[in-house]
Amino acid sequence: MAENVRPRVRVPKTAAAGEVVTIKTLISHNMESGQRKDGDGNSIPRSIINRFTCDFNGQNVIDVKMEPAISTNPYFEFEALVPEAGEFTFTWYDDDGSVYEDTQPITLA
Amino acid sequence: MHFTRRNALATGACALMLAGLPMRLSAAVEEKIAAFTGGAAVGEGDIRLTAPEIAENGNTVPIEVASDTAVSIMVLAMGNPTPGVAEFNFGALAGSRYASTRIRLAGTQDVVAIARLEDGSFVQASSTVKVTIGGCGG
Repeated sequence: MAENVRPRVRVPKTAAAGEVVTIKTLISHNMESGQRKDGDGNSIPRSIINRFTCDFNGQNVIDVKMEPAISTNPYFEFEALVPEAGEFTFTWYDDDGSVYEDTQPITLA
Repeated sequence: MHFTRRNALATGACALMLAGLPMRLSAAVEEKIAAFTGGAAVGEGDIRLTAPEIAENGNTVPIEVASDTAVSIMVLAMGNPTPGVAEFNFGALAGSRYASTRIRLAGTQDVVAIARLEDGSFVQASSTVKVTIGGCGG
């Protein structure tokens, strides 16, 4: 498990039914690209988050396949449709098999 | 103005850079595009890629992709050791076909966004980003 991986998401607390909201997500993760070499000249192996998904009440909002070219501490901003009150689930999948998750509820205004 | 040594160097460097710009697509890039499009032709149209003209730090270059009808948008960095950057797949509850993120660019290069639209066609947009400090650990 990568160390000190912490997700941070910004979701509005309320929305009108059918409104489109902007969601910002950040997760602290080194995103070791596999291109760097350590002091001895050996390549540091790749170890990144390779997939990020956002679901709302079980339906998919966005599914991002990520490659080493995504910066350290991956940041995504996107928009979601909110048809009803419910919960957003954010999931990050790491190369090493770890899965990081965060949830945020949203109520109707 | 005096044609100083500094000016001569600058002109020389610019000329070299222009000469060195790779115009051919590398095999890796072609493969990735073919895998995404299934070999279909890629035209222009409903895809917008926003990237800065000059990136101070190649380790974190903000980019945005947007479209009206895209189902899936793939972003490639033509000059990186591995060209793939990300593939955004929009689900049923996507509020819009828009996404923004930060990427690493090894050096000055073209960033390309290819979108698969709802009607099955493919469109692309590209943007040249000048990078002052490379971002792939080099």
